Amino acid sequence: MYDIKALYEAESIEHAVKLLAEHPEAQIIAGGSDVLVQMREGKRAGKELVSIYGLDEMRGVSFEADGAIRIGSLTSFSHITRDPIIKEHINVLGEAVDMVGGPQIRNIGTIGGNTCNGVTSADSASTLHAWDAVVELTGPNGVRRIPIHDFYIRAGVVDLRPGELQTAIIIPKASYEGYKGHYIKYAMRNAMDIATTGCSVNVKLSSDKMVMEDVRIAYGVAGPVPMRAPQAEEAAKGKTVSGGNVKAFAETVLKDINPRDSWRASKEFRQHIAVVLAERALRESIRLAGGVIDE
Amino acid sequence: MYVGKKVTRVDAYDKVIGRTKYTDDLCDKSAYIARVVHSTIAHGRVVSIDTSEAEKIPGVVKVFTCFDLKEKHYFPTAGHPWSTDPGHQDVADRLVLTEEVRFYGDDIAAVVAEDEVSAAQAVRAVKVEYEEYPFVLDVQEAMKDGAPQIHEEYPNNILKHTSIRKGNYEEAIKEPGLTKIEGWYDTPTVQHCHIENFICYAEMEGDRITVVASTQIPHIVRRVVGQALGIAWGKVRIIKPYIGGGFGNKQDILYEPLCAWLCMQLGGHLVKLDVPREDTFVSNRVRHAIRSHIISWVRPDGTYAARKLEAYSDQGAYASHGHSIAAKGAGAFPQLYPCDNVEADAYTVFTNKSVAGAMRGYGIPQAMWAVECHTEDVAAKLHIDPVEFRRKNLMPVGYIDAFSKNELYDDTFNQCLDKAMETIDYKRKFKEYQNQTGDIRRGIGVAVFWYNTAVWPISLETSSCRMVLNQDGSLQVQLGETEIGQGADTAYTQMTADVLGVPLEDVHVVSCQDTDVTPFGTGAYASRQTYTAGFSIRQTALLLKERILKYAHELTRMPPYNLDIADGSIVRTTDGRKLMTLGELSTEALYSLTNSQHLSAESTAQIKSNAYSFGCTIAEVEVDIPMCKVKLIDIVNAHDAGTLINPALAEAQVHGGMSMGIGYGMSERLIFDKKTGRALNNNLLDYKLSTFMDHPRLKAVFAENTEPTSAFGTKALGEPPACSVAPAIRNAVYQATGVGVNDAPVNPHNLFRRFTEEGLI
Repeated sequence: MYDIKALYEAESIEHAVKLLAEHPEAQIIAGGSDVLVQMREGKRAGKELVSIYGLDEMRGVSFEADGAIRIGSLTSFSHITRDPIIKEHINVLGEAVDMVGGPQIRNIGTIGGNTCNGVTSADSASTLHAWDAVVELTGPNGVRRIPIHDFYIRAGVVDLRPGELQTAIIIPKASYEGYKGHYIKYAMRNAMDIATTGCSVNVKLSSDKMVMEDVRIAYGVAGPVPMRAPQAEEAAKGKTVSGGNVKAFAETVLKDINPRDSWRASKEFRQHIAVVLAERALRESIRLAGGVIDE
Repeated sequence: MYVGKKVTRVDAYDKVIGRTKYTDDLCDKSAYIARVVHSTIAHGRVVSIDTSEAEKIPGVVKVFTCFDLKEKHYFPTAGHPWSTDPGHQDVADRLVLTEEVRFYGDDIAAVVAEDEVSAAQAVRAVKVEYEEYPFVLDVQEAMKDGAPQIHEEYPNNILKHTSIRKGNYEEAIKEPGLTKIEGWYDTPTVQHCHIENFICYAEMEGDRITVVASTQIPHIVRRVVGQALGIAWGKVRIIKPYIGGGFGNKQDILYEPLCAWLCMQLGGHLVKLDVPREDTFVSNRVRHAIRSHIISWVRPDGTYAARKLEAYSDQGAYASHGHSIAAKGAGAFPQLYPCDNVEADAYTVFTNKSVAGAMRGYGIPQAMWAVECHTEDVAAKLHIDPVEFRRKNLMPVGYIDAFSKNELYDDTFNQCLDKAMETIDYKRKFKEYQNQTGDIRRGIGVAVFWYNTAVWPISLETSSCRMVLNQDGSLQVQLGETEIGQGADTAYTQMTADVLGVPLEDVHVVSCQDTDVTPFGTGAYASRQTYTAGFSIRQTALLLKERILKYAHELTRMPPYNLDIADGSIVRTTDGRKLMTLGELSTEALYSLTNSQHLSAESTAQIKSNAYSFGCTIAEVEVDIPMCKVKLIDIVNAHDAGTLINPALAEAQVHGGMSMGIGYGMSERLIFDKKTGRALNNNLLDYKLSTFMDHPRLKAVFAENTEPTSAFGTKALGEPPACSVAPAIRNAVYQATGVGVNDAPVNPHNLFRRFTEEGLI
């Protein structure tokens, strides 16, 4: 039994926007795997809900005209993992969201909910940051698109304006073409867990596979919101593929990240793991991109 | 014969299709919903409680506070048999609601509402004013002079201290040439995490009260509800349906008295109290965290000259099972590796934390963590093979414990070690994993365990059984020993069918205990159900058989000693001829116009014996040093539980215990905030109960030495599987890395600290 004041079911995106305007206090609910848990805890108890779960127009993965990959915000984790477009072009995202919770959560949970929840530990978020994803928001004033980095304001708060809902996540062609990536979720058990730290790395190698033309890295739980490590990326860009350069890249992440000290894990421990993850994720990304690291 | 066969669980079908009814399924929907309001300070006194806002919420019936308790009936909660000797009774230190707050989560008020939502809203709306006292969370800090006093009658917070002295430790350590090995070993606070949270409901009929509860111990609950309410025990009726696990948490009186009290305050209206998972962690029971200090003095030939143990057991805020847990662990210490000169001291100490009670293994998983980590340390220091060192020092065949009179009849330890080593290919792997380098290393580790069956001679051991023959020759069997998921009903069915000579399908064990009708029995704990019930089943079945054969004599005119029951028929033993079926006999017996009889039997067996139940675990791990992670690759438990009544159930029982041991060794720990005393991770996300994905295939092997004291040759297997898993994993990590982690669990946090200290990272 949940403490829900009222439930309004949207019949279209337009209708959802209208309902949100009519009920400014209402909380959007999609799969409910975060919202209902929070309601039970009392945090969102007694709220009105606008359900968008029935909006199939917000489901599925497709190409946009310019070659960008469009992921409808209601696409479930399990559908993303199994989607042929994701598998071919950004397989790491499918792998990352396959580490969320357990099978039931992955069937009900959506990528839109995962990002709108605004938590740093979301398994999709670090990969979306590392691939320069763009968030599509639809509201009373139409559609706007913003980089995912700007979408996260602070812990638990995202740039969702009154009457707005997130309708899609877009990976521009330039962001994925030629890149290979790897995500490592560091958690205390192998299922049903949130990340102690999550690290998503991708790399674009030169045609001879000898040089790292571009390296991108993003973390979950290395700060209050998912974050990139720009100094580490700069340290690796244009460098030859070598064990030393990978190690130097990994050590540089400590200049960028700012994990907190909490009962869940100490700062020192998170920093240590962040470096290990950076090195391993880049090594695997290089391998996936066809590079070879000589020891 | 059915004993020894893998017959299908009698309750399997209903459980799989979801037809089995648990407490919540049985409760009428008209029930009021009760929720407990818990203290938000660790130590202090409730000054006032403002319920006005809460009582305004639509649907709220009433809010009861600790100040509404007009009569204070203090009651004990341990699920122990009552002692008629006041000196041996459990400590009565609980009230259904308390003004004196002793831990963060104490029960200070209760909300009763018409539905769950308004009850939850009301809990949030209750305003409490406290007078706060200083609090103490660490067991050794709590013992210091000047530490906050949690119960007036226990100076330095020591609930109890017991000592064992054998030989002369101080003299023995003077022997020349001894090596001293010393270590501190810590185990965490963990929780049972049974699937079904504790739940009960109560209603009155006349001046009697019925409580339906998810409990392991219905007859004990009846007594304690009577004590807590200050009413005659016979006015209390407890019904125990199927339960979704207990593991010892439900071997304690939890909220049955409070629910019954609320019901009585509301004129006997049906009240349901369903504990949320978060509260289950904090305000039910937990496993005692025990800190142990062991010193061993070892001769160059690898024998012990003298040994010393100090164990500090964290009781939390109330006595519950109290010192029994630490005492059991300390009692195992001089037995497992006998030594002529031993000093052992066990302290059970109150702290301002969640109350510790019974949990699968009852002090032995903690003791085996300390002892078997230490054994590994000793073997390593002396450069002796860890298995050979154990074989040399373990309890020898023929050992008799002076107190319990338990005897080790068979070469159990060597048999179990041999079987486990063969199953996991120990010798090859142990050799292969010596002296590794690199980031990723493997290791294999051993730990043994000591356990016994039931509680004699510390406490009463009794079992009562009733068998009632139906018109068609089938029968109902009733016992006070409870089915709590372990498969007890199936084992009883097999035993009854064998002794009586009837087909399995003709035996109906009544799973539900109802204290108004079920024969007296103290319930599921101490790995005693199969052992103790076996005596009364055998005795009662023989009694019934005698009556049946006497009646058969009247019908057949054959002397009873020439008659037997086989496969559901009366058989003449002289020529093996089937004279009639049991169904024909019972129909005649019930409907006879000349000699109508209802054939039934009931008897009580008092059991004045106890049996050792030993075994071991071998675990193989892969350690990723930079990641501070352990992957459990392979694991085997070997047990001598005597004759297995049902090998499939036995294997399942071992798997469950191993799973619990894996969590204990690798991930589980309830964390308390040092600043407030609040439990920080009291949910199944932050409390790292291990999952299916953290387990390799679990292997169970058995050395089946028939137990001579037992009615069916069987002995403990409920708790033993959880006793040696954690130290075996720790010892495997030790072989892989050379780093011993003495604070369970061997999780990434502890590995990071230890690897940093040892310079591995």
